[in-house]
Amino acid sequence: MLLSKPVSGGVADALLRQTPRLTIGLLLLPVGAGIFGTLAPALGWMPALGGSALTLDAFRSLIAWPGFWEALRLSLVTGIVSTALSLGLTLWLVASWQGTALFRTITRLLSPLLSVPHAAAAFGIAFLIAPSGWIARLFSPWATGWTRPPDLLIVQDPWGLTLILGLVAKETPFLLLMTLAALQQVDGNRSRILAESMGYGRVTAWMKTVLPLIYPQIRLPVYAVLAYGMSVVDMAVILGPTRPSPLAVQTVTWITDPDLSLRFQASAAASVLLFAVIAALIAWWLTEKLAARAGQRWVFAGARGARRVQASRGVALSLAATSSALVFLGMLGLALWSFTGLWRFPDVLPASYRLTTWEREGPVMFGTATDTVLLAGTSVALALVFVIGCLEAETRLKIRVHPASLLILYLPLLVPQIGFLPGLQTLAISFGVDGGFWVVVAAHLVFVLPYMFLSLADPWRALNPQYETVAAALGAGPNRSLFAIRLPLLLRPILTASAVGFAVSVGQYLPTLLIGGGRVETLTTEAVALASGGNRRIIGVYALAQMILPFVAFALALIVPTLLFRRRRGMAIS
Amino acid sequence: MKRLISALALSASLALPALAEPDPKDWDAVVAEARGQTVFWNAWGGDPRINDFIASVGDEIEERYGITLEHVKVSDTATAVTRVVSEKAAGRDEGGAVDLIWINGENFVSMKRNDLLFGPFAEDLPNWQYVDTEGKPAVLIDFTEPTDGLESPWAMAQLVFEYDAEMLPNPPRSAQELLEYAVENPGRVAFPQPPNYLGGTFLKQILYGVLDDPSVLQVPAETVDYDAVTAPLWAYLDELTPNLWRSGRAYPQNEPRLAQLLADGETDLSFALNPARASAAIADGELPESVRTYVFDEGTIGNASFVAIPYNASHKAAALVLANHLLDPATQARAQDPNVLGFQTVLNMEALSADQRAAFDALDLGIATLAPADRGVSLNEPHASWMVRIEEEWAARYGVAE
Amino acid sequence: MTALSLENLEIAQGDRVLVRQTVTVAAGEVLTIMGPSGSGKSTLLNAILGTLAPEFRCAGDIRLEERSLIGVPLRQRRVGVMFQDSLLFPHLSVGANLAFALPADVKGRAARATRVAEALEQAGLAEFADRDPETLSGGQKARVALMRTLLAEPRLLLLDEPFSKLDTDRRAQLRSFVFQRIIDRGIPALLVTHDVEDARAAGGAVVSPLGEALAV
Repeated sequence: MLLSKPVSGGVADALLRQTPRLTIGLLLLPVGAGIFGTLAPALGWMPALGGSALTLDAFRSLIAWPGFWEALRLSLVTGIVSTALSLGLTLWLVASWQGTALFRTITRLLSPLLSVPHAAAAFGIAFLIAPSGWIARLFSPWATGWTRPPDLLIVQDPWGLTLILGLVAKETPFLLLMTLAALQQVDGNRSRILAESMGYGRVTAWMKTVLPLIYPQIRLPVYAVLAYGMSVVDMAVILGPTRPSPLAVQTVTWITDPDLSLRFQASAAASVLLFAVIAALIAWWLTEKLAARAGQRWVFAGARGARRVQASRGVALSLAATSSALVFLGMLGLALWSFTGLWRFPDVLPASYRLTTWEREGPVMFGTATDTVLLAGTSVALALVFVIGCLEAETRLKIRVHPASLLILYLPLLVPQIGFLPGLQTLAISFGVDGGFWVVVAAHLVFVLPYMFLSLADPWRALNPQYETVAAALGAGPNRSLFAIRLPLLLRPILTASAVGFAVSVGQYLPTLLIGGGRVETLTTEAVALASGGNRRIIGVYALAQMILPFVAFALALIVPTLLFRRRRGMAIS
Repeated sequence: MKRLISALALSASLALPALAEPDPKDWDAVVAEARGQTVFWNAWGGDPRINDFIASVGDEIEERYGITLEHVKVSDTATAVTRVVSEKAAGRDEGGAVDLIWINGENFVSMKRNDLLFGPFAEDLPNWQYVDTEGKPAVLIDFTEPTDGLESPWAMAQLVFEYDAEMLPNPPRSAQELLEYAVENPGRVAFPQPPNYLGGTFLKQILYGVLDDPSVLQVPAETVDYDAVTAPLWAYLDELTPNLWRSGRAYPQNEPRLAQLLADGETDLSFALNPARASAAIADGELPESVRTYVFDEGTIGNASFVAIPYNASHKAAALVLANHLLDPATQARAQDPNVLGFQTVLNMEALSADQRAAFDALDLGIATLAPADRGVSLNEPHASWMVRIEEEWAARYGVAE
Repeated sequence: MTALSLENLEIAQGDRVLVRQTVTVAAGEVLTIMGPSGSGKSTLLNAILGTLAPEFRCAGDIRLEERSLIGVPLRQRRVGVMFQDSLLFPHLSVGANLAFALPADVKGRAARATRVAEALEQAGLAEFADRDPETLSGGQKARVALMRTLLAEPRLLLLDEPFSKLDTDRRAQLRSFVFQRIIDRGIPALLVTHDVEDARAAGGAVVSPLGEALAV
């Protein structure tokens, strides 16, 4: 024991020292290689299709496509507007309700909302608000006089409003979660009390004193939402306009077109999308700077906030309630559809129920679900090693994380998937490593790792370092201190981070499909393939299954520590 | 970057030397080689009935030939084509991920022209003897492109229209009547947005309806006066579009979503390339029992579904056995059963034994399915070049908001 | 003149009574509440601010200038508070921290800047307006925090152990600065502390949270 200690410490330290670098490489390499694999064909280089000269032809034919400017405009508008609305609603809600009992109830609804897959949420919303949808059925024909659905353009409207609605309903919970995490790092409550004691209204007080402190911490999540909104495919196919579609959807259409020469144009479109996302991010960043400057003047002027602003908390709450109700009711509708036989307009409930869909899909789904869990479990376990390795290196070796590496961590979330995954697939195939279980795990890691790191880093850094000092004073080495003190103390955040990672892995569609070569099936790849059929009954079955897995993970993260530490009051959730 | 390129080149040059390809003429050897292989069949996964059928085929070839079938459910056939292209791009000329693709039309033409297919093999399959090459010429010519044995047919398709007989006693029976109906009942007719496959088929159907001499469609569009030939089509669509569902400002994306519109009562008409789809949907409770099908007086577009083997497939022997099994009279009879799939057989009844034929005779058509004799004329698919140009022009005229 | 009066104020958590007070504080006077930690000192401040957690029961009345504060939103109570951490807003300059507190009816950038400069001068911190609060010493921060609280023109000042983080020399300086300002403004103040020196310097009555008079 005495002999082995310094040796194992030395090896462990050397390994530990490399972990952050290794992690960064793990994220940077696939994204960088994938972007190269996208840009090269856009500039004419794709030998397999006879492209070997540098040329701008692909961009020329892209711009010549009559829908180009409109598609680009749609991508920009839906991305920026949905992000602004989601952020606005999140901040408004937190500003006006933080610290109340109702606010705690809202936060409890977050994990089920986050567990709903994007595509399923979109289908659910479409079923609710379409002219033949649930809401119209509820009021027909007795109030509306409609015996047949009216010919109203609601879903897939040319302005992309329905798509924006769907994005806001799914992204607001995510930003709210990120804001809650950031709030734990600042003393928001006492700042608010201080400001209110000087006569400030609740919302104004929060905006002037708390927001400037937490915004830097939610900035990257906001950027991720912006990049996602601009490049989303699955939700846009269901809710977005089609004449033309947003640029990301159009890119996928070209990638999957039988005319192989369109592959160059697809790469050009993916590149344009990539640059558009970068431009939008820069524009957003500049707007932040301007807003911050205006904010300083606003603070200096000392306005306490009009009564009207403070009274608007009811509006914030009802907007948030509506958007989450859309998701929940949509899911309820889909769940009902999965047991439905015939359900015609304007019946509020199905005319007949049957179990056929579940009987047919159930057995197949069970096998797929097992593979999904295996894949997600492995990704999470590996990611955990890297994340804890990085954080432990930070604690033990006092390596401070450079702000730039946080950006790298977010890179896979900021670069549109359609901008680098097709390129990455070509590379994976050329090295002969595609289609295997482990490559797909590696592809999932690129997305799982950032989310888990972001989720675990704050609680890890917030842990009182004096526990460590006490342990060391009692003779515990750094390893014992890690395994016997830090990890058990952090069990709850570790499990929460794992549940987040698990949900992220379960939700991956393009990485699984492209890197897995169609040979690795998960609930999500199955669900999207089946959803292409638009059959609400089957979508209902898969959406529920897809939702249940992450939900169980979140539930376990809550229950396990409570059971383990049931005799330890100091470990209870405060 | 230089290193990356040389790494790419290196991996291409490291590709294994070509193994002997299976030869379908030596069938026993193919069957022997196939035993124990796993065949990855990339087929559209959007219809549970088709998925069930493929699963049952998998059980059969497992039992009979010791082959494991993995159904790779793709949301679009082109995904599988893309896969093969990417593999070729990466120099993977052996050990590809796709063994068999459900394919036809443009996807086939594209793969054929880019030398991405294995074969010819189709006419050497033992069950080829039953295929109706005389009565169903579409099994040899896919969108006017000769198949050259590079793909093997497994089902016939014909466009049929679906309507609710209780709501609409007299459905429009020609392209002209359809236009009149739409003008009188705005918002009650829709078609999937081209380049969707079914949407493109609809445009071709209308083209047949507005041409005096449709035979021009069998030659490449470049060889005739394209603008003059298609002028009546655009005149027709200019009148139809403002009267479409959502005034033509939005379109359903694909066949299932078109069908959902009929089921939701948003439209009065739907159509499908599977004549038995409506009966199956009624049986599953997705459509009311009053739904019926019919064809246009001028006839409707018919074509065939094929399977093809990529040039770099890993398990060609098993793919061959599977392609052959799909032509087995028993398999074909089951596919034609409206309670299973309702796909029309590619086989010639005359070539079958009495026992084999009995399986077909025993089939119940299903409540909404037309008997083969009532399906009128099956119109040939136009040359693929027509579709390419019409889709492009449609996109420019109607596919982008003005 | 009686400015603040606590009338039969009783705060309990479950069966345990933490605070029991019937007392009045005149303008310019400081009432000191002294006791060990956990004895209910902060609970009393929370009750006056109206920020008691729901598990506390509160009976009796709190009146400021004859007006009951019970049920009045914090923003309308006109109660200023100074915590042991100065809680200067880290994203604002020293001057902006003060401007934050200055009532909005002082209009115009120049006018507001003048008022802020005056306040800083009173605190012996002239020319500090553009400084980052993080660059100030503990005593300087505390003085800025007090000036900020007073700029909002409160009718009552709550002092929650405001001197406890300072070393002995600075503590004495700050105490006299704070108490002098209270006398100048003529408002009542409530000091919570566990330091006998604080209580002595405050000069007013000293009681425990449960209302017993303490000799210092």
